[in-house]
Amino acid sequence: MIWVSAGKLDDIEQEGAIRFDHGGRTYAIYRGPDDSVYCTAGLCTHEAIHLADGLVMNFEVECPKHSGAFDYRTGEAIRLPACENLKTYPAEVIDGEVRVALA
Amino acid sequence: MDGMVIIGAGESGTRAAFALREAGYSGPVTLVGAEPHLPYERPPLSKTIGDAVQMKLICAAEALDAAGITYLKGLSAAELDAGAGAVRLSDGRVLHYEKLLLATGARPRRLTCPGAARALDFRTHADAEAIFSRVGPGRSVAIIGAGLIGMELASVLRGKDVSVDVIEAAPKPLGRAVPARFAEKLHARHAAEGVRFQVDRGVAAIGDDGVTLTDGSLVPADLVVSAIGVLPDIALAEAAGLATGNGILTDACLRTSAPNVFAAGDCAAVAQPGGGHVRYESWRNARTQAETAARNMAGAAETFGALPWFWSDQYDLGLQVAGLPQPAHRIVLRSAAEGELEFYLDDGRLVAAAGLGNGNGLARDIKLAEMLIAAGISPSLPELADPSVGLKTLLKSARAA
Repeated sequence: MIWVSAGKLDDIEQEGAIRFDHGGRTYAIYRGPDDSVYCTAGLCTHEAIHLADGLVMNFEVECPKHSGAFDYRTGEAIRLPACENLKTYPAEVIDGEVRVALA
Repeated sequence: MDGMVIIGAGESGTRAAFALREAGYSGPVTLVGAEPHLPYERPPLSKTIGDAVQMKLICAAEALDAAGITYLKGLSAAELDAGAGAVRLSDGRVLHYEKLLLATGARPRRLTCPGAARALDFRTHADAEAIFSRVGPGRSVAIIGAGLIGMELASVLRGKDVSVDVIEAAPKPLGRAVPARFAEKLHARHAAEGVRFQVDRGVAAIGDDGVTLTDGSLVPADLVVSAIGVLPDIALAEAAGLATGNGILTDACLRTSAPNVFAAGDCAAVAQPGGGHVRYESWRNARTQAETAARNMAGAAETFGALPWFWSDQYDLGLQVAGLPQPAHRIVLRSAAEGELEFYLDDGRLVAAAGLGNGNGLARDIKLAEMLIAAGISPSLPELADPSVGLKTLLKSARAA
């Protein structure tokens, strides 16, 4: 497991998401309503749209283009047209810094 | 074979087939599509990958099998006998139905000038292949019609270094569905990208060398594309004696004038609470109407009331419009990091919103605006205009109220 720094927790809105690119891949990092952090693959499984542009409410992110939705804690697709789950990656906050394990 | 029969395997018909299963219907479902492919999504047609036209399937063949949906491709409905509850297909076979959904969509309006047959349409996968296989750097295309489809195509062609002229009979591009402020911004962006506009001019003739306008001038072009809107495909319904107008007329539950026959998507003109019928042409509407129609075919009695919403991608700009902005509405402008939003108020109540910005940067705000519209709020105008007041905050206070 290789942990990578993804910036400060304060840079992510509560109930929000940021796009994080690393090693030629793109990810989405979420801050939940309780300040917990999560990381998923960055592109919607329906049509490869950046999920970080989508609306985050509670523990769900909605694709900005076609309104498919995922539970970002588990990556589960919860609304069509998204039907394929997102890959998830471990994420944690240490001293205000977000770290994600991408491998 | 009784059961549910769906005529049209575009976004609406295909979505309805699956939605019937989601609604718990377990009898036979037959989906009839005129095109030779599996059901596919139309929006990606204008977004080529390199030079290849995308074929983004709505569902894999396995998904149709898994849902027990019989898919008949390359066939259309030749005749509907609503009294007998039967529809005859183009190959002569007759399907009897318990309930029928007409999801026949719309087809491009055709020019009527001399040489009109030379103009290509842009609606199907085959249309997209015909256009993109004939263009390349240095080639020239004349697009007739500056609506969303024409303008999206212009932006894709400029990205391929194709010379583009857009011809529009109205005084301005995008005059129909796009709020004026954003129509002007998109127009300016196209001009900056080198698109030449011929507005306020009709088409007199199309020839080998291009398009002759009504003022006698010639727009030279290697290829001519017609994008002057679509007409709902109502011939089958009309011949069967169903009520039609600008579309197949339905009540609020998407039921047509014939028993057990429903309509959804681009072909359907739905009764409005205030009278009259409205027909929408958008990806989301095709899906949401399909879902309502399917549930009602399965026994529910839901009225269709989803807020209209569409998007359009041109260059790196994304436009989204929710609701139906009207000239009489009060407009509140809000700047955002990624672009601009406009909110539309009717007698103080928020009824529509639109945004234009980089990529999908404004999608989140438009989604929140949709929720605010659904909440039926009459927001404070200064708060609505103030970018430092989060829309999510407004929504939460509206829901707590």
